[in-house]
Amino acid sequence: MDFIRDFFVNLANAWTTWISGGLPPWAVTVVNYLVVGIILVLMPVIATLTLTWMERKVIGRIQNRIGPNRVGPWGIFQAIADAVKMLIKEDIIPDNADRPVFNLAPILIAAAAALLWAVIPFGRGMIGQDLNIGALYLIAIGSISTVAVLMAGWSSNNKFALVGAFRVVAQLLSYEVPMVLSIAAVVLLAGSMKMGQIVEGQVVPFGLVLPLALIIYLLAAIAETGRAPFDLLEADSEIVAGYFIEYSGLKFGWFYIAEYSNLMAVSAIATTLFLGGWRGPGVAAVPALGPFYFAAKTLVVIFVLMWIRGTWPRFRIDQMLAFAWKALVPASLANLLWIAVMLKLPVPPGVQWALMLAGNIGILAVTLGLLGQAAQRHAERQGLVGA
Amino acid sequence: MLSQYAFIGVFAVVAFALPVIGLLLAWLLRPKKPNPAKNATYECGVETIGDTWVQFKAQYFLYALIFVVFDVEAVFIFPWAVAYDRLELFALVEMVLFVAILVGGLLYAWRKGALEWH
Repeated sequence: MDFIRDFFVNLANAWTTWISGGLPPWAVTVVNYLVVGIILVLMPVIATLTLTWMERKVIGRIQNRIGPNRVGPWGIFQAIADAVKMLIKEDIIPDNADRPVFNLAPILIAAAAALLWAVIPFGRGMIGQDLNIGALYLIAIGSISTVAVLMAGWSSNNKFALVGAFRVVAQLLSYEVPMVLSIAAVVLLAGSMKMGQIVEGQVVPFGLVLPLALIIYLLAAIAETGRAPFDLLEADSEIVAGYFIEYSGLKFGWFYIAEYSNLMAVSAIATTLFLGGWRGPGVAAVPALGPFYFAAKTLVVIFVLMWIRGTWPRFRIDQMLAFAWKALVPASLANLLWIAVMLKLPVPPGVQWALMLAGNIGILAVTLGLLGQAAQRHAERQGLVGA
Repeated sequence: MLSQYAFIGVFAVVAFALPVIGLLLAWLLRPKKPNPAKNATYECGVETIGDTWVQFKAQYFLYALIFVVFDVEAVFIFPWAVAYDRLELFALVEMVLFVAILVGGLLYAWRKGALEWH
């Protein structure tokens, strides 16, 4: 029974004891790192197969369609059929492409998407490595994909791809700023960049204390993963597929897997930073429940992101960039300063947190009010409503 | 402390190895029958005109410039946020001043029209 209570950690310990029988300690460390690394790299790839099926079903239902239903019961083998197709499809490299860069881009984007998982805690003690700069590591690795996308767009020697790549520069960089600032708000509240400690610090999930930071993080995360309604970098009706237009076969497949791995990663990060990570009722007694709570919360966030994708029309690029710089950045800066002021107030933490919540809602209301006024003025200028 | 990064190093090797192995597997399995029409630049059936690597408008570049300012700011904010509960009230005043200067920069860019799309 005790083995089950903390199943995953005990399993890891049993494994370490088993292999350390015949190996020197340094080799045990290396083997363990390799095993953890392979698990962490393969997990997003395998989960992508499930997620693509889930996304098609969810969006199908939102659009009053059935979604995939031919391959296997409820179409669950559709994703496997797609994977096989991508693996055996002919690879086309355009004549004028910059070949080394063209081939390196899908490898780089897939590796960057996998590297994010190194610091995400799945349960107490279940983390690749609890780096003391965990949150900053996520931001740093997250911006590698910008370089990879730019490489893909530039090397394809295609005008659609080039326009897509330039949009990437503007969009991903603009939304990186509010994302960084909302993560900084959590770091300020937790007093640590260690992902493990951020989860331990969430007696109340930070999403309930800082709802504005959570909303800004999710909006920025949608833009960073390039999903609708912020999917201008691959807007199919304008620039066909944007930066990966010339890719086919598994090279396209790695872009696709990276997209879903990133979707999962940003949902897992939102869960860790704002929704209490693996915390939940009964976790203190049975630590093995932690990963299940973590997975359930992450799936809820993923579902919300799919829901947003299925319901909103695409933004125009000027609206999108203006939204980042003129609404999200000032709001998240105000939020950060408000939290800093509240933390220095000589009152008990509970009162501080209540005041932070009040301030968050206040900043949100002011931001929405100003956005509404701006939209009103714009509509009057365009003659859409009577002045 | 530093040994933690040994894991990141091993993990990075695995993370780069997986897509390479995948592509090698696909290279073994897939057909390869290139022809000039197939390898032409894809522009929805229209033949491409002129060079792709043209001079492009600097609009996107301006956003990257403003981004650099705010990213450098993040480098200062994160250590401040981690050490905040150990710092005096002065740290708050200092950060308010720092953010005020940045907001001044943002307002300047805004008024100059650097945030408008032309």
